[in-house]
Amino acid sequence: MPFRIEVALRPGYRDAAGEGVKAAIKDNLSISADNVRTIKVYTVNASLSEDEKKAVASGPFSDVVVQEYSLDRPLAANFDWMIEVGFRPGVTDNEGKTGREAIEDRLGRKLKPDESVHTSMQYLLNGKINHIQAIRISKELLGNELIERFNIISKDEWDGKVEPYVPLVKDAHKPHVGEINLDVSDKELQDISRKGILALSLEEMRRIRDYFKEPAILDARRKVGLSDKPTDVELESLAQTWSEHCKHKIFNASIDYYEDGKKETIDSLFKTYIQGSTSEIAKKADWLVSVFKDNAGVIKFTNDHNIAFKVETHNSPSALDPYGGAITGIVGVDRDPSGTGMGSKIIAHTDVLCFASPNYTGRLPPRIFHPKRIMEGVVRGIKDGGNKNGIPTINGAILFDDRYGGKPLVYCGSIGIMPAIVNGKPSEDKKADAGDLIVMAGGRIGKDGIHGATFSSEELHEGSPATAVQIGDPITQKKMLDMLLEARDMGLYRCITDNGAGGLSSSVGETAESSGGCEMHLEKAPLKYHGLDPWEILLSEAQERMTLAVPPENIDAFMALCKRRGVEATVLGKFTGTGKFHVLYDGKTVAYLDMDFLHHGLPKMSLTAKWAAPKYKDPELPVEGLTGALMTLLSDLNIASKEWVIRQYDHEVQGGSVIKPLTGRDNDGPGDAGVIRPLLDRMTGLAVANGINPFYGDIDTYHMTANSIDEAIRNIIAVGGSLKQIALLDNFCWCDPIYDPEKTPDGEYKLAQLVRANKALYDYTTAYGTPCISGKDSMKNDYKLKGEDGKEYKISIPPTVLFSAAGVIPDVRKCVTMDAKMPGDVVFAVGKTKDELGGSRFYAMLGAVGTNVPKVDAAANKRTYEALSKAINAGLVASCHDCSDGGLAVALAETAFAGGLGMDIDLLRVPSERLNRDAQVLFSESAGRFVVTVAPENEKAFRQAMEGVDCESIGTVRQDDRFLVRGLKSIRIIDTITGAMKESWQYPLRW
Amino acid sequence: MAVKSLVLTGYGINCEMETAYANRLAGADATIAHINDVIDGKYKLEDYQILNFPGGFSYGDDLGSGKAFANKVLYAKTPKGPIMDDIRKFIDDGKLIIGICNGFQILVKMGLLPAFDKDYRAQTTTVFYNDKGFRDAWVNLKVNPASQCIFTKGIEKMYLPIRHGEGKFIPGDKAILDRLWKNGHVVMQYADESYKPSMEFPMNPNGSVDSIAGICDETGRVFGLMPHPEAFNHIVNHPHYTRMADEYRRKGKVMPEESDGIKVWRNAVAYAKEKLA
Repeated sequence: MPFRIEVALRPGYRDAAGEGVKAAIKDNLSISADNVRTIKVYTVNASLSEDEKKAVASGPFSDVVVQEYSLDRPLAANFDWMIEVGFRPGVTDNEGKTGREAIEDRLGRKLKPDESVHTSMQYLLNGKINHIQAIRISKELLGNELIERFNIISKDEWDGKVEPYVPLVKDAHKPHVGEINLDVSDKELQDISRKGILALSLEEMRRIRDYFKEPAILDARRKVGLSDKPTDVELESLAQTWSEHCKHKIFNASIDYYEDGKKETIDSLFKTYIQGSTSEIAKKADWLVSVFKDNAGVIKFTNDHNIAFKVETHNSPSALDPYGGAITGIVGVDRDPSGTGMGSKIIAHTDVLCFASPNYTGRLPPRIFHPKRIMEGVVRGIKDGGNKNGIPTINGAILFDDRYGGKPLVYCGSIGIMPAIVNGKPSEDKKADAGDLIVMAGGRIGKDGIHGATFSSEELHEGSPATAVQIGDPITQKKMLDMLLEARDMGLYRCITDNGAGGLSSSVGETAESSGGCEMHLEKAPLKYHGLDPWEILLSEAQERMTLAVPPENIDAFMALCKRRGVEATVLGKFTGTGKFHVLYDGKTVAYLDMDFLHHGLPKMSLTAKWAAPKYKDPELPVEGLTGALMTLLSDLNIASKEWVIRQYDHEVQGGSVIKPLTGRDNDGPGDAGVIRPLLDRMTGLAVANGINPFYGDIDTYHMTANSIDEAIRNIIAVGGSLKQIALLDNFCWCDPIYDPEKTPDGEYKLAQLVRANKALYDYTTAYGTPCISGKDSMKNDYKLKGEDGKEYKISIPPTVLFSAAGVIPDVRKCVTMDAKMPGDVVFAVGKTKDELGGSRFYAMLGAVGTNVPKVDAAANKRTYEALSKAINAGLVASCHDCSDGGLAVALAETAFAGGLGMDIDLLRVPSERLNRDAQVLFSESAGRFVVTVAPENEKAFRQAMEGVDCESIGTVRQDDRFLVRGLKSIRIIDTITGAMKESWQYPLRW
Repeated sequence: MAVKSLVLTGYGINCEMETAYANRLAGADATIAHINDVIDGKYKLEDYQILNFPGGFSYGDDLGSGKAFANKVLYAKTPKGPIMDDIRKFIDDGKLIIGICNGFQILVKMGLLPAFDKDYRAQTTTVFYNDKGFRDAWVNLKVNPASQCIFTKGIEKMYLPIRHGEGKFIPGDKAILDRLWKNGHVVMQYADESYKPSMEFPMNPNGSVDSIAGICDETGRVFGLMPHPEAFNHIVNHPHYTRMADEYRRKGKVMPEESDGIKVWRNAVAYAKEKLA
């Protein structure tokens, strides 16, 4: 008999959760509640004696000091509205799972397999709130209809009882395997793809149809008992393996690119520009270990350790369920370095987020949450994903632009460390042998995350499937990853990879490539609940799972270790050398595909791209009110302090924190790159930074990309890194660039934007000698909706490229931070300021895009970076700050207020090119620049070190807090104090 | 003979590496052991002089921080009997236990702290949700000179990181609070820049009663605290190290590298060497 345990605070204790909800009801919904209290509810679906119930409720389920509990008796009283929020059937309930384990520990006995614990939260509201408002509070704040259910009861309706409700999946469905007739018209082929969310093009559908007509294929299939029609298992496997998400069809397409009437044919953007650049650089760099072939890129860190780095996006799920989407993104990307080579230990996270303005007041499309709710949910997901796994979030960025209102961008980066040699072999190598067992370890399989890969290869629309949403479980994953590191060191497995997009189909399919085939028995797979069809078992992206190849002689030791660590593991079959992807269910073959067709049968796409530079105008520049302009820029959400977010992330765990995201005298200045010391007994550091600026892309994505690369590198240089060893990761988030007369009439332009971005990637990574070691693309960041006029509209993100940089720092004791250190220090402007306000925050403030987008002079910047690295290494630099969004003025202001010291600055001395307006010098966003402060006694040596580089002293650090700038006409144009600047910078996102 | 220190891990504990490292820097021979391997008898508490409950998110803080892990330990049986018997014997033998952050939450919820009258069974205080949610920040800590805590001997103040969402220390009632003070159980308090105890946010980051950040039992050998001394294992962890290094450089000096966090284990190791050798 299920029963309820309710847990509430004893009278007199502060209900911080309730207070938070009360404030959010007011802030987010403009509804005022007098009081909000919370009651935690555990619905226990298990047979327990009365004594056992009491033991459990008074033990692990409540705190004797501050809480009271009840058994099957509501604690609620004196409320106007009772709202209880619990999960829908089948949604991951992490706390319920812990509750089940806690009961077993407390009672010293195992529960039956079908006994379970489910959590819900009860909110008791007091105040003048009507029914409609109560519903709004429930759905717009307390829960998400997609994954949660609500029980909303008013004071008047309440009969003093709440019946226990057990949200179990009651699926009486009997698993079956379907066959699909592909011998149909083109239109029907397209319908099959669309209705099945297969995201396959007509050409791809035809290729599959033709494969199932080949006599040799049919013959082989008959021998294993299959007909001449593909099964749903086969079609789904192909759809997922061939998805944009997995095969990067656009990046591998043949593209005819037109610019100024000239045509150029590019055979694969990826091979030509990204891989092309890295191969070029690899001729000289000796520190690349494994690039573009595993789940993450691997570089050398020390003589005996390597670093694996991967950045993923999790955009569509985060739009539908911000918390679940983001936490799944985090735990998901962690499995990439964990499944790279023989496996690495995760040591850091870096996350970059793009949202619409949290202050957005316009209408919202159907099913789209308010940007503030998305932001809060995503931040909470990243917080739990990182903190609960014990991984420091050491760097990141948050951008705001209302074009991210349809889909937010959630870039999740994960870094791992691995010994260079494991059990006498290079740790980056792995291979499954025929005969090795297929072992799945970690979580169980449910319907969550079905069609994730194909779903993310489509635009978001009102009917997007709820099953695409998952909720990551950090603790199940932590237990598994800890165990796998032990297993790695014990040499128990031969190959490891994660179950990400495409689930088993992908992980087993990919691993089977190295052995040459597989034979997998799906009925053995552990399920969360019954009723999954074989194709669902194969395709589910349910989280926290890894696939391993375990030699038969090690299987007992491996399973014993799993048991001791509380990790579930199951043998699903074996890897073979048959050349076949062979899947069975209850002894019957349900899929029999050639490995070669599965992985290499995909036809290449041919696309057209046409570039035409967009036309914008430059605005009038103001000559007065520049102090006010600086203050407004400091309050620009894209520049303003993100402390509210940063402090929710643990950036110290693992004990190797060196340069923190917030730095300076009061620990609140914006650090340029995060630096950690992953090996505690060494001084070798890893600096991590990001470069992103989609606003430049409005003018030209070539320069957007160049600037993003430059910014990522510049941030590493600013803390003491050097060009000698900086690895980059490219991460493209685009709007659909495939021309379609109805859906995407501007596809050729968008594809040209992509081509240009890739050209810049090649040009600048090779110029700097900073290779991309891994990357990712997400190509369908559009939201389609029907307007009131019945027409279809599309919100597309601006083309966005993120470069994440990791730089090795030989000795972290030489690092510098961005805060001014001492009064009297000399302030230098490093790098040349040009008339490059196009796409700047200053122009955005004036409501303009402009024309002169910053152009990166790689040759000059390279000289600057090399000189500056040497100067920092020689101990000549007191502070160094990257100059980017908001230009020199913002960089100077940040340097000043982070050090708690004022400045005297003279713009006439700034190294610049043909500038005659103060606003140009102050706010231009030319690349390759820094603000550096130097102790007077080091000035001469610093100048010598910077010889041949644009670098000039432009003022001094003051003893007091005044921040004064003299303009080009030698009159004071900015006059303020550091406290005022800091306040302008901090208040907008001080939530 | 080297002092042996056992560092527990498993189920989401995540500071075991740096905690073991801090023990080693202080001269201890540290072993990281999964709690299940201790329960299974692979590691025996009797072989060690220091027992560490490191920080982390055991069971994801589900059911309340430290609750599920405390529950597991309270009712776990080794091949020889309840593991709690071994833990109580460990304390009776004059040995040392430290719990940090999640470890502190676990010790409090197991009843090992403050354990009035050496009753290591009843929970009399708790560590609960912060008034303002999870926070990562460095805090000033004033050490109570009247405390008998072995781990903080000779330390007057510390600057350490906190990283928790449930660190608000709450005694069961006024009498318990009075007793904590009277008998020297209070080890450290959150303080302002001049190291005066503070109830103001963010100096007091969680709203702890009397700004209490750490307590010990009446022997001074069982100690728990919310801040993370193990995360300050080298001077470069200090948020101002670039500022300090710059100052030293200007004076033509080299910055010393020893960090305050390690002193906690140096005290423990010195005590163990003297009393438990």
